[in-house]
Amino acid sequence: MYDFAYHKPATVADAAKILAADGDAKALAGGQTLIPTLKQRLAKPSAVVDLSAIKDLAGISVAGGKVTIGAMTRHGDVAASADVKKALPALAALADGIGDPQVRNRGTIGGSIANNDPAADYPAACLALGATIKTNAREIAADAFFLGMFETALKPGELIVSVSFPIPEKAAYVKFGQPASRYALVGVMVAKTATGARVAVTGAASAVFRWSDAEAALSKSWNAASLDGVKVSPDGLNSDIHAAADYRAHLVGVMAKRAVATAG
Amino acid sequence: MAIDGIGAAVRRKEDYRFLTGQGNYTDDISRPNQVHAYFVRAQAAHAKIVRIDTAKAKAADGVVAVFTGADMAADAIGGLPCGWLVKNKDGSPMQEPAHPVLAVERVRHVGDPIAVVVAETLAQAKDAAELLDIELADLPAVVGLVDALKPGAPAVHAGGNLCFDWHIGDADQVAAAFKNAYKVAKIDLVNNRLIANPMEPRAAVGEYDRATGEYTLFTTSQNPHVIRLLMGAFVLHIPESRLRVVAPDVGGGFGSKIYHYAEEAFVTWAAPKIGRPVKWTAERGESFMSDAQGRDHVSHAELALDKNGKFLALKVSTLSNMGAYLSTFAPAIPTYLYATLLAGVYTTPAIYAEVKAVFTNTVPVDAYRGAGRPEAAFLIERIVDIAAAEMGMDRVEIRKRNFIPTDAFPYQTPVALQYDSGDYFATLAGAMNAIDYAGFEARRAAAKKVGKLRGIGISTYVEACGIAPSNIAGALGARAGLYECANVRVHPTGSVTLFTGCHSHGQGHETTYAQLIAERLGIGLDQIEVSHGDTNKIPFGMGTYGSRSLAVGGTAVVKALDKIVDKAKKIAAHLLEAAEADIEFKDGKFTVAGTDKSKSFGEIALTAYVPHNYPLETLEPGLDETAFYDPKNFTFPGGAHICEVEIDPDTGVVKVVDFAACDDVGRVVNPMIVEGQVHGGLAQGIGQALMEECVYDDKGQLRSGSFMDYTMPRADDLPSFKVSTAITLCTHNPLGVKGVGEVGAIGSPPAVINAVVDALKDYGVRHIDMPATPQKIWAIVNGGHRMAAE
Ligand SMILES: Cc1cc2nc3c(=O)[nH]c(=O)nc-3n(C[C@H](O)[C@H](O)[C@H](O)COP(=O)(O)OP(=O)(O)OC[C@H]3O[C@@H](n4cnc5c(N)ncnc54)[C@H](O)[C@@H]3O)c2cc1C
Repeated sequence: MYDFAYHKPATVADAAKILAADGDAKALAGGQTLIPTLKQRLAKPSAVVDLSAIKDLAGISVAGGKVTIGAMTRHGDVAASADVKKALPALAALADGIGDPQVRNRGTIGGSIANNDPAADYPAACLALGATIKTNAREIAADAFFLGMFETALKPGELIVSVSFPIPEKAAYVKFGQPASRYALVGVMVAKTATGARVAVTGAASAVFRWSDAEAALSKSWNAASLDGVKVSPDGLNSDIHAAADYRAHLVGVMAKRAVATAG
Repeated sequence: MAIDGIGAAVRRKEDYRFLTGQGNYTDDISRPNQVHAYFVRAQAAHAKIVRIDTAKAKAADGVVAVFTGADMAADAIGGLPCGWLVKNKDGSPMQEPAHPVLAVERVRHVGDPIAVVVAETLAQAKDAAELLDIELADLPAVVGLVDALKPGAPAVHAGGNLCFDWHIGDADQVAAAFKNAYKVAKIDLVNNRLIANPMEPRAAVGEYDRATGEYTLFTTSQNPHVIRLLMGAFVLHIPESRLRVVAPDVGGGFGSKIYHYAEEAFVTWAAPKIGRPVKWTAERGESFMSDAQGRDHVSHAELALDKNGKFLALKVSTLSNMGAYLSTFAPAIPTYLYATLLAGVYTTPAIYAEVKAVFTNTVPVDAYRGAGRPEAAFLIERIVDIAAAEMGMDRVEIRKRNFIPTDAFPYQTPVALQYDSGDYFATLAGAMNAIDYAGFEARRAAAKKVGKLRGIGISTYVEACGIAPSNIAGALGARAGLYECANVRVHPTGSVTLFTGCHSHGQGHETTYAQLIAERLGIGLDQIEVSHGDTNKIPFGMGTYGSRSLAVGGTAVVKALDKIVDKAKKIAAHLLEAAEADIEFKDGKFTVAGTDKSKSFGEIALTAYVPHNYPLETLEPGLDETAFYDPKNFTFPGGAHICEVEIDPDTGVVKVVDFAACDDVGRVVNPMIVEGQVHGGLAQGIGQALMEECVYDDKGQLRSGSFMDYTMPRADDLPSFKVSTAITLCTHNPLGVKGVGEVGAIGSPPAVINAVVDALKDYGVRHIDMPATPQKIWAIVNGGHRMAAE
């Protein structure tokens, strides 16, 4: 780890001020990505702005047909929340499947979404459920938020405050773990909403994406069998020692069907 | 009598310390005024070192010293030695290239150490390392075994890439047998390269006492005396009388902590230069590229059969990867610990094997749990299944037809070994019963109804533990002895300390050895301490590897106890005014036969050290005896492992749904520890079969260089094992023990792959290389020319 200055502001405004003033400062949430990056000397921020003392960043509320989760809410708290389990059980289940207990007790939804790891789970939920990401400056629709590999619409210094998920009629997330890391080799979130089906895929490509052919098929008929013959092209999908693109493409179809079956 | 003696499943004495975080590992040891070493390692697999400019790094904050290979060469420091010389077919010695502690002129694998920065803090050392100006000129690298032997392949060493070309067995006899074969089963297979990944990374602290001239090395070793011998004699030229090596608590080794490594030599060498203790602890990423790796064979084998399915002859040709340099025992693994096991549990009368060891630009390869025997078992048990398929025979029947009969022991194989005892029918029956083999077809049918492919696979194996005797091993190229020592020190009030040359790094010696002593002396386990790991305390021991600790180390304990009891009887005879021949020792009491006159063990101990009423003219005071034991032969554990898998054809995922292991490990001292050892070995064997693989790209970059990409087996990958024993006693050691440390990792991989191949039999699959990952299985199912099964 290189030396850095450490700040622990008590409000979002103070945190944003420090980040705005110093382009090389980094926000620290659960630290599950940032700390390993620092330890391996892969990042050299001038300052670390610890968000953990900002009280109103953590918390869960269900109101107005939406589940809203504060950016600093830990995965474990989402997984265990009776409110989330009742209103949007697919999201609680997704959170419960992230990493291991240590990671779930530290990692946060804000950190996960800001990081936009190509294999992270939450981005699939945001995209499939049509979430809105609220920052200290504005509200961003999920469809406009995840831009590419580790790339989001966040401006330098902009902080996620909360994420709101409209409650769908049905939803489910099923992932196929990369054997070693158990991050999603392929993860598929499906949602049945009043306006049609939404399907988001993580792990398979450089960033989370919506699978429009599957959405069209499921909007016609919400049924796993509707996906028979609907195929995602392996072109542009990730290839690594665990899975070539064609295998990933195949798994997208299998996971999507299993997700629809799980959603019921 | 001793309720905690042989056969009792007592809890491990050491676990309280470990489970409450009070273990004392090398990294827990900090010496006053110590400095920290950071190793700068090659990023390229093969390159010429053009220039290393250390000036800026030396001037950085907190830096105490910076060293390169040139500094060590200037000090006439020797290379890391190899402990086993294998000879070529023509009798000439293997190619044994220099293995400098820090690279000189060239780096030969990713992770090869180039320079060391020593600083007040580790962070300062790392900061300064970034200021090193190192210029490397990349050279083409060679990674694959087959590629390395092709003409024009980049040469890892000046002498080319062939380390040795060795053989064993009778080629003519085999050729003749193949002429008469009714059928020949053939296979080409790979034994995948593995990374041991013990929980504790390697670490070392070197210290020098200017007043006494004594060096101390604390290190994560399975065999501190071997390190003292190799490092003192060959690398640093320090007399052993002034070199103390301590291996304190060690958090797992699996073979990877047998070898003498560069880092421990460096910290010991640097300590007097700097005048302060020098400490190094590997980060996990360093472990991946500097711990010796395991396996990595490419083999072709053919098995000749007669029309009844009897094996007539086996011929094998194997390429074995040594990596970039020879690790300490590397040459012995694919030769004397592999090819000598190729008879397996069968009566195959003629065997011929040739083994070429090959240098590549990869991390050195050496013994890893099982070391050679898993490679042999995998090859044999795969080709036996293929032979069964060729012959249209049942897989159980073909095995039974070829088993060495239970009354044929001692059995001389055509590849040098003589098995002393075994009953392969009993262990096979034990495993078949445990897994309900007879009920399998019904389970297969039930699985099929829900779209799953079930398979069952058998592996019947034998292995060899407690490598010995020293004189024969020496004739075969070993450069070390293979005996073990034990010093039983009875204290004046009757408690006992055992000093053993074996080393426990997960095996539970503090309990098992204590049970041997409790049984013999009739004292409680709480009266017994087991001390290991410090060369200043222990006579001279060879450490722990190859499942030798009970068969060799335990026998040394028994021999030392014999001496203790002999002497104690003399003392008792004196006190009881009886003839020594009339003294009986039982349940901790010395009694004059046929009388009620007796003395307790504690009274005898006290008399030995307070010799007021004592036969001083004929007997020395004290009760402290040492024994060295050099075995007559290996021991030969064996058994049967049966694995049942279920494959999800949609994803290619293989689930191990059941696993039964019935092993013959000889006499069991602590059944709980034995079961635990088997569990751990099975996890590693199943890991090798389904998950683990060390992958390099064609430039020699390690693609599986962290736990993000190297798949370790986890608890939820494994079923609840059905573990049992069906023992025969070893005939040449007094306890009748054989060894259990490796059986799990040896027997299980072929059982798993045989099950996977069985599950996929409708797809025309004959063989699948390990690891059988979901991607590989899916490719088979997906590309599958599915045979008409219905
Ligand atoms: C062993 C392990 C296994 C894991 N497995 C999974 C898995 O299976 N699935 C999965 O999805 N994830 C997994 N993760 C990732 C983990 O779940 C975290 O979500 C992720 O690391 C980021 O969250 P964090 O709170 O730790 O963020 P941090 O590491 O603290 O920060 C990550 C990045 O986000 C930025 N950031 C943080 N909060 C905000 C904010 N409010 N506004 C703007 N920017 C912000 C930081 O500046 C930083 O750049 C795993 C992590 C580990 C260590």
